[in-house]
Amino acid sequence: MSAVDASERSSPTPDKPIRKPGRAGAVLAILGLLTIAAVLPLLASDYRISQATMTIIMAIGVLGLNLLVGYNGQISLGHGAIYALGAYTAAILIDRVGLAWWATIPIAGAVCFVFGFLFGWPALRLKGHYLALATFALALAAPQLLKDKALEQWTGGVQGIVLTPPEAPFGWALSPDQWLYYVTTLIAAAMFLVAWNILRGRLGRAMVAIREQPIAASAMGVNVPYVKAMTFGISSMYTGVAGALGAIATAFVAPDSFGMFVSIFFLVGVIVGGIGTISGALVGALFIQFVPDLADQVSKSAPSAIYALFLIVSMRLMPTGVVGLVRSLHSRLTAERRPRS
Amino acid sequence: MGGVYACLGLALVMIYQSTNHINFAQGEMAMFSTFIAAMCLQSGMPYWASFLATVAFGFVAGFAIERIVLRPFKDMPETSIVVVFIGLYIGVNALAGWIFGHELAPFPSPFPEKAPFGTTLISGHELGMIAVVLAVVCALYAFLRFTRVGLAIRASAENPVSSRLSGIPVSLMVSLGWGVSSAIGSIAGLMVAPIVFLDTNMMGGVLIYAFAAALLGGIDNPWGAVAGGVIVGVVENLAGAYVVGTELKLSVALLVIIGVLLVRPSGLFGRKLVTRV
Repeated sequence: MSAVDASERSSPTPDKPIRKPGRAGAVLAILGLLTIAAVLPLLASDYRISQATMTIIMAIGVLGLNLLVGYNGQISLGHGAIYALGAYTAAILIDRVGLAWWATIPIAGAVCFVFGFLFGWPALRLKGHYLALATFALALAAPQLLKDKALEQWTGGVQGIVLTPPEAPFGWALSPDQWLYYVTTLIAAAMFLVAWNILRGRLGRAMVAIREQPIAASAMGVNVPYVKAMTFGISSMYTGVAGALGAIATAFVAPDSFGMFVSIFFLVGVIVGGIGTISGALVGALFIQFVPDLADQVSKSAPSAIYALFLIVSMRLMPTGVVGLVRSLHSRLTAERRPRS
Repeated sequence: MGGVYACLGLALVMIYQSTNHINFAQGEMAMFSTFIAAMCLQSGMPYWASFLATVAFGFVAGFAIERIVLRPFKDMPETSIVVVFIGLYIGVNALAGWIFGHELAPFPSPFPEKAPFGTTLISGHELGMIAVVLAVVCALYAFLRFTRVGLAIRASAENPVSSRLSGIPVSLMVSLGWGVSSAIGSIAGLMVAPIVFLDTNMMGGVLIYAFAAALLGGIDNPWGAVAGGVIVGVVENLAGAYVVGTELKLSVALLVIIGVLLVRPSGLFGRKLVTRV
């Protein structure tokens, strides 16, 4: 999709210039996707619908991490902790404060934005593996913090918080699953649109410039610390919204559902889907949602083994993920059809 | 526990010395080696023979992982390499779970139950552990500082191009560094297993303290890693007992890591790195 022109032009890896797919094709693909998304809940079972909802939620989270890793070149292994922060913010506001569930989503996003911005501010001084290390520690510490006695009256300690799933308003004939699915899809569509616009704009170009050449970027007048912290904040906001939606969709939060593995899920989604692509978030989310189910039938350890394999192999063979692979195939095909002028 | 942190921290320092990367899979590799040791013991080998076998296995495994998994990514940006390490981290964990199962198992200690001289402050195992760690750090220091191979390893990490020009087989040195590091890691695994029980997730908490220890002491200094390990061990237990309670111990490690990275990124005993642009 033309959303990622800015990154493609300067992307470090592609050995062939990637063609810009036609705008008409992209619009058609998006319309087709939206149509499928709109019709799906009328045909599928409730279980499938809730799976689809979770996939879309994961896609928001993966998109958030991709903004940071793919476009800004910073790594985070701590997005599981931020996802947990979003989920707990929503759950506490609903259960302890009594706010309406829909009102908690923007609040969770805002809380995570502030947290991400503040965490990103000192952390941006760290490069590469040091940043990975700091965020890794954050992800490991998160479940312990959530279980802490001092916070127990808010977080419910080890037990977590149980919520009631929201019902469709105005007497619409939708099951809770269908209703939640539509809400999630709308929010996701809006957030994808926002991400696309951010990346086309001044901030997005600054992000990519920093990824490619931080020193040159700062010489060109990009405020590197500000942009980095901002990216961390925006990325956290996406993940926080995903966390809030996830808490509402599963109607339950507990410390042990936010371990290290959530961060790894997101990372796998980013890498497999396509680093530095917007549509890759959807592919990555589909992967992390459905592949473990399939692999689980083989062995308890199989899902992580498959994740590991995909992480390493796709870094080697398709560093731009599934989306990058499809794109380069597409451009190769069209290039053959139309000889170079 | 400080000794264990120091030991795994040493392994991290070793890899950093030879490749300038931080190995996130270090703990898991140590865990895997410990399972190998458990297998040797079950088949009736005496403890120290299994110890040697495990260290040898750790060396070969580290060497092989560098050759097979890491080598293709040599010239990739740092972010990609971190991703590969994470892949390795969950991969080794999954493999161990697949092969050895997920049950907890006790693991024997080679040292007598009671400490000598009737002290109760410290157990026999802890005392033995400290001795082992000290022996390892002395050996490692001597190896890096006084042998030709050690010098070659340090040179290849510092400046691969010049090293190659002066006739050092750089890629072999990198693999060798991985082997040594993985061997040290397996010693750490053997030392920690009697305390925390043998389990696929036994290294999760230890690893993060080892990071804290290595960073605190300076990631390029073996003695620093030991000092850092001891400090982190003491701080962890004091804070756990008096300040935050045992549930929040991991957050202490988080604070140490972030604090060190912010205030003094080169650690207490590390050298400052100046990058030329």
